[in-house]
Amino acid sequence: MSFLPYVIAAWLLLIGLYGVVSSTNLIRTVLSLTIVQSSTYLVLLGVGYRTGGKAPIVADIPTSSKLVDPVVQVLVLTDVVIEATVTALLLALVVQAHKRFGSIRPADLRALRD
Amino acid sequence: MSRRTRLAMFAIAGPGLAVVMLIGMHGMPAFGHYHGVYGLLIDKIEVPERHATDLVTALNFDIRAFDTLGEEFILFASVAGVALLLRKLRHEREGKRSRGIEDHSFAGASAGLQLASLYLVPLLIALGCYIVVHGALTPGGGFQGGIVLAAGPLAILLAGRYFAMKRLAPEWMLEASEAIGAAGYALIGVAGLIIAGVYLKNFLPLGTPAMLLSAGMMPINSVAVGLEVTGAFLVVWTEFLDQELFVERGTGGDNA
Repeated sequence: MSFLPYVIAAWLLLIGLYGVVSSTNLIRTVLSLTIVQSSTYLVLLGVGYRTGGKAPIVADIPTSSKLVDPVVQVLVLTDVVIEATVTALLLALVVQAHKRFGSIRPADLRALRD
Repeated sequence: MSRRTRLAMFAIAGPGLAVVMLIGMHGMPAFGHYHGVYGLLIDKIEVPERHATDLVTALNFDIRAFDTLGEEFILFASVAGVALLLRKLRHEREGKRSRGIEDHSFAGASAGLQLASLYLVPLLIALGCYIVVHGALTPGGGFQGGIVLAAGPLAILLAGRYFAMKRLAPEWMLEASEAIGAAGYALIGVAGLIIAGVYLKNFLPLGTPAMLLSAGMMPINSVAVGLEVTGAFLVVWTEFLDQELFVERGTGGDNA
C-alpha cells in the first residue's frame, strides 16, 4: 500500500488526459486539464510525507516534533495558484471561441481544423 | 484529427504512459519514508533563524521569496491576459443596466439564502484579513487569505446584487489593489537590497516567535500578496460576469 498515493496520482493523470482527448466540449477539456494538474499535488505531497509526521506549523507543538516536508507544500501552493490562473486564461479563450464560432465543440473550431 | 483517431491513439499511448509511470514509481522511496534533506534542514533552522512558526509561509516569503515574486507576476500577467481576451470587441456594446440585471438571482435563491449571503460578507472579509496577517504564525498567508477576501464581495453576487458588489469593489479599486500588491512586493525586495544588501533579504527586526509582529518582513509581504490576490481574482470574476450580464453580441463583424 505504500505506493498507493503515487498510483492514484498516475490514475488522475491518465483519466485527465483521457478527458482532454475524448472531450467534445471545451469547458470539459479545461476541467480535465485541472484533473491532470491535481495529480501533481498528490505526487508532491506524497514525496514529502513522513510516517507520523505533523503539519509544519510549530505554533502549538514543540519545534523538535517530527514534521512533514514544508518545501513540497510550498510547491503545491505555487501549483494551485498557477492552476487557477491557467484555468482562468483558458476559460477566457473558450468564451472568445464561443463568440467567434458560436459553439464550444472542439470540432467546430474551423480556423484550427483547416 | 477526428475524435475517433484521437481516441485510437490514446488507446495505445495511454497504457504505454501508465506502464512507464509504474516502472518509474517502482524506484521511488515508499510513501512515508521521506528521503529529502531540505525539509529536515528547514524544520530545524526556520524558527531560530526567522522566528516564524508557519514553516510554509516562512519558505514562501523568505527562503523562496524570489520564486514568490515570479509566482506573483505570473498571476499578474495572466489576469492581464484574461482582461485582454475579454475586452470589449468592436461589434459588442454594453447592454443597458436594466433592473433585470440588478435583480438577477440564482434559480431557487430564497430570501433566506440572500440574507445569509449578505451576512457572510463581513465575516469573510474579517476572516480573510485574519488569515493574511497571521500568515507567519498559523496556516495561511497572502495567497490563502487573499482568496477568502475576494470571496467576500462575491457573496453579494450570491444574494443576486451584482451592482451592489461592483459598488463595494469597484473596478478601479480592484486594479489598484492588484497593482499595489504586485509593486509592493517588488519594492519590499528593493528595500532589502538597499538596507540589507540582498534583494528580498529580511531587513526588519525578527521579534518574538508566535507574536503578531514577528518574522521580520513576512507579515508585510503577506499583506502585499493578499492585496494582489484579492484584486486579481475579483478582476477575473467580474470580467467573466460582465461577459454574461452586460455584453450584447452584435450580429456583424466576424473578425474580432
